[in-house]
Amino acid sequence: MSDYLKPGDWIIALAGMTLVASLFLTLWGHAAGTTLIIRSGGKVVAETDLTRNRDFEIEGPLGTTVVSVENRRVRIAKDPSPRQYCVKQGWLSHAGEAALCLPNQVSVELAGAVKRYDSLSY
Amino acid sequence: MTPSVINLPASQDDHRIARLAAFAIGLSLVEAALPSPLPGVKPGLANIVTLLVLQRFGWRAAAWVSLLRVVAGSLLLGSFLSPGFVLSFSGALLSLGVLAMACKLPANWFGPVSHSILAAFAHIAAQLAVVYFWLIPHAGVLYLAPVFAAAALLFGIVNGLVASRLLGENSLNALPA
Repeated sequence: MSDYLKPGDWIIALAGMTLVASLFLTLWGHAAGTTLIIRSGGKVVAETDLTRNRDFEIEGPLGTTVVSVENRRVRIAKDPSPRQYCVKQGWLSHAGEAALCLPNQVSVELAGAVKRYDSLSY
Repeated sequence: MTPSVINLPASQDDHRIARLAAFAIGLSLVEAALPSPLPGVKPGLANIVTLLVLQRFGWRAAAWVSLLRVVAGSLLLGSFLSPGFVLSFSGALLSLGVLAMACKLPANWFGPVSHSILAAFAHIAAQLAVVYFWLIPHAGVLYLAPVFAAAALLFGIVNGLVASRLLGENSLNALPA
């Protein structure tokens, strides 16, 4: 085998592996979400970064939805929807993640530095 | 009225390039029959011929063989001037550009495997660029880039090793000269 692979070939092969690995990490890795977008009835009601821990109270047709930000993560803390899907979704921290409270027409979405491809933004 | 005779003198080089290109076209046709898990992921067996020609007869001959293979292969497969042809052609062009530089690397350090890997990466980079800027201008295309790059590395190494092995054998002297 050593006849077929010269030292430079090993270097090129290793460089290639590094390139492939870094492509996987940058394009497939989960980028942290940096911006929180809250919508009510389809309109953006708040757009903020995740640097401060705080709660948002959003009014919808059924009542108040509480969105809380803590340690660069976000969740729906309280919602009047009957099935509580968005509350059960728990903490969101990656760019592109979203929680929808359809009955109360409130949604939260995390955006990163680069908008990632997903079936919602397609 | 004198009969007009068109005479195209074909040199020894022309015959050699034609024979080698025929080899490469044959490999392309065989490969076209192989099923592929993901469109665009192909071993690129015909590039083994390009690598051999590059080593033995230099870059000019390799460029002729590679481009003849792309054009004639697409005529045989009925894909001439289709998007698939443009992809093959752009991949071949950038590969040849990279090979032109790669064959200047010191030969006792860098062999066919290096050439093969570099050309494979150039090939897929050109194809992704064409897909992104011309066919599907959507970031989703880049999402597949790591898979294509991994396949390029794998098949680049394999083709390079095959070419290296063939070059080491005396039977290669049976290659049409």
